[in-house]
This record gives sequence, C-alpha cells and structure tokens, in this order.
Amino acid sequence: MDKAIFLDNAATTRTDPEVVGVMSEWLGDNFGSPATLYTFGSQAKQAIEQARQHLADLIGADQKDIYFTSGATESNNWAIKGVAEALEEKGKHIITNQAEHHSILMPCRHLEKRGWDVTYLPVDGDGLVNPEDVAGAIREDTVLVTMVHANHEIGTIQPIEEIGAITREKGVYLHVNAAQSVGHIPVDVAALSCDLLSLSGHKFYGPKGVGALYIKRGVRIVPLLLGGGQEKKRRAGTHNVPGIVGLGKAAELARKNLGPEMERLTALRDYMIGLIEKNMDDIRLNGHRTRRLPNNINVSIEGIEGESIMLSLSYPTAANARPVFVSTGSACVSGTLEPSHILLALGLPAELAHGSVRMTMSRHDTREDADYALNILFEVAERLRAMSPVYKRGSKKCASGSSGEGCDCEAAS
Amino acid sequence: MYTEQVMDHFQNPRNMGEVENADGVGEVGNPQCGDVMRITIKVDADERIEDVKFKTLGCGAAIATSSMVTEMAKGKTLEEAQEISKKAVADALGGLPPQKMHCSNLASDGLKKAIEDYRSRQESK
Repeated sequence: MDKAIFLDNAATTRTDPEVVGVMSEWLGDNFGSPATLYTFGSQAKQAIEQARQHLADLIGADQKDIYFTSGATESNNWAIKGVAEALEEKGKHIITNQAEHHSILMPCRHLEKRGWDVTYLPVDGDGLVNPEDVAGAIREDTVLVTMVHANHEIGTIQPIEEIGAITREKGVYLHVNAAQSVGHIPVDVAALSCDLLSLSGHKFYGPKGVGALYIKRGVRIVPLLLGGGQEKKRRAGTHNVPGIVGLGKAAELARKNLGPEMERLTALRDYMIGLIEKNMDDIRLNGHRTRRLPNNINVSIEGIEGESIMLSLSYPTAANARPVFVSTGSACVSGTLEPSHILLALGLPAELAHGSVRMTMSRHDTREDADYALNILFEVAERLRAMSPVYKRGSKKCASGSSGEGCDCEAAS
Repeated sequence: MYTEQVMDHFQNPRNMGEVENADGVGEVGNPQCGDVMRITIKVDADERIEDVKFKTLGCGAAIATSSMVTEMAKGKTLEEAQEISKKAVADALGGLPPQKMHCSNLASDGLKKAIEDYRSRQESK
C-alpha cells in the first residue's frame, strides 16, 4: 500500500497511527467491560466517556446526547425506524431525497412496505435539495425529515441550516447523515438545527465498525437493539471499547486538523479539477463545483465505462508502478444492473453514469501524488476511448445532462 | 475478482480495432447498459475467418471476452465460429464472476451477428 495512491477515501480511510495506538491499549490485558462496577471495568468506562466528550466537542453537542453504534448504517437505520415507531401515533410520513445513501433509502422503503408514506424529493443538476421543496412537502402527519449533509458520491453539501430552520419552525424532527462530513468540514448540531445526526469512525481516519448517533435531548425514539442497559438503555450490547476509544481519538485529531486540512484539500481538489478540465475533452464534473466536500472529485468521462477505468488505474505496469485506487458509479460494480441512482437523480443519461470516476483524497495525498494519478488517468482514458466503438470526440453529450432512456439489459441477454 | 487471463486480455487486448473493408459487421449491446461491442470480420474464399477485430465500450470482462472471442474465431470456418458459446469464451478466460456472465459476455453474440451480416450480404449479391 505504500506505493499505492489511494483515492477512495469516501469509502474508507487509513486508520491514523495514533488511533491504532490508543486502540491497542484496549485490545490486550485491558479487556474490562465498562458496564461492570469493579475497578477493572470502570477504567474502560472512563475511557469511553472521554471518547464521548471528544466526539461531542467535534460536533458541538452535549456529551450526554452521543450514543455509540456500529457505524453510520446502524445510526441511520436507528434514526429512521426509531423515530417512525416512536411517533407512529402522530403520523406516518417521512421526507428524504432521491440521491440519498442506501442506508437511508432502504429503511425508508422498509417502512413504506409497512404503511408509512415517504416523499423522495428531487435534487437539481448539482445534487442540491431545494429547501422550499422540503417546506412544501411537510404535512400534518410528517414525523421526520432525513437529509444527507454531504453526498458520498458527488460531494455536494446540502443547505442543512436552511432545511433545519424549516423543520424547527414546523416542529418536525430533522435527521442528518453526516458520515461524509464529520471530521472534514465543520459540523455543528446547533448550527444545523438537527435533532439527530449520524457519523462513522472510519470515514475520518478512525476505526471501522464504530460510529455514533447524536440524539438531541427530548427527542422521542425507540431503540433499534434491545437487550442490556448500555447507552442509557437506548442501545443494547457490550461496548466496543477499542473501537470507541479509537473513534474518540480520531475525533480529537480531526478537531485539531480540520481548518488547515480543509484549506489544503480544497486547493488540491480545485487543482486536480483544473488539470482534468484542461487535459480531457468531453467530461462532466458531477456535483456542485464549490458547495462540495474538500476531498471529492467526480467526473463522467464520455465514451468509456467506469469499471474499466478503475481496473486499469489499479493495475500497475512497467511504466506506471504505482497503482491508483478510485471508485465508479457504473452498474458493473454495483452488483445490480443499474448505474448509480445518485448520478441518475442529477439527470445524467445512464451512459454518463456508467462512465463516472470518483476520486476522494485524504490527508496523506500530495500534489505530486495527484499529478501522478491524473497522468495515468489521462493515459487510461485515451487508451479506452481508442477502443470504444461509440466515442466520437466533441459530441457534447456531457453538456446536455438531460435524462436518457433506461437500460434494457434483459433484452440484451 | 477477475482471473489472470481476464486481466491479461483486458490489459493487452488482441485484435483491437476494425478490419478494413470488412465482409461482416456485428454490433451488440447498448451504451445505456454500459456495454457495446463491434466485431468486424474478413472472410476468405473457403468461408474461413481470415481476420477479425473488435472495438468495445465496457467493463473489464466486456473487453476481455471481446479480445478472447477474436482469438478463438481467427482461422475458424464460419460454421465453427458460430458454435463459440458464451460459456466457451468464459472458460477460455478461466471463468468470469457470475454477474458478468449476463451483461458483459456479449462477444460471441457480436461474432454471430457479424457472421449473419456476412451471409445476408452474400445472399443479396
């Protein structure tokens, strides 16, 4: 991995060595459970409470409102199902948007099958939700609005403050999935006016399999996991002590590094976008140009398919010894026959969604790495376009952005 | 997820391009699905495939199966070439991931279409 250029940090990040260091203290002899009362356990209790404080400090919350979970997927499921069940008597309507992560969409669909009504708001060509649409969709029986803070695929940052002002005024809970934004841009639960917020450790150099749900005091929610009395009887299960301690450390480091890292990555991102636009024809930047995560680049490259780009980049050759890891919205990697629903929600034709490449940088990537990775990208794109039976330079498909026909793969079988 | 043979054909595709003055052309797939293959063939007097080339838009499996099918078809009679199945192409590559058998393994269909195109051109001569 030392030689590799890892540009898939929206998927996961390299655990910080300091995080690994503090975690290892809780993996060996120090195996006590924080729920036990003897000294051995109370040390673990102290360690997780310290982690809770670090996390609370990072998002401007009261530490009493932080509940540890196994990650953002659990937090999102809990927020949606837990609020829905707690407020079932009040109403059964939920509002979200079409470009959400599957860990939001799937619980919503699950509830739809059980009698809830879900409104999936559209997004514009940059992936933004219009706050007025949220206001217009709120009904008597609306119990929850769930909106992503920053989109994991295209990096677009939603106007959560404006949406939060609306939900506050209307007295509807707002849940924010902040898995991609926490640790990368300022996240403050008061500024966002949110009632619930999900986050995940491994997205900001912490460990995998641990995250949290912020639940503002007084918010009505039923537990997702039932059992022991951990986390004030709201989230059962023995604490993942090494994970939680690691998450706390990652939060502490993120808070320290946030400002300068944001500035550095934003400059790197814009430098890379500039190079791509200068060196490649017939491409489209997906997501908002400025209202986007500092480390996210997503481009559609006309005439080629994303998996073949991803695969070529990851394969070292004699000339290019360093593998480059990126991701794509192509159907070929989704496990279904459909390309990314997020890119389709922007109005992209399927063929441009198939040809998308996402590069998400980390605090380890330099301009030198970026130059190296992009030079290979340009070579690979040129090679694959020469192989493409459909690509014609300058056809301006990328400029249109209008929605095309769907894929009729069944007919092709 | 891919075998060494798939990666080899993907990275070093055989017979990429277009046969000049092709006797038959077969195009399959759809850009909306992410896969399009164009197979061009040159047929000699004994109805053998003298030359065959491909151009493919698609994933690693789509490109590798295209490359492999051209290797398998070259020098074969049209009768023989028509018998090349999806499974035979996948087997020659040491297997494909199951989800790729369906959408990205269209190369043998492309070859069949090119042969049909050759035959219909012969009939109308």
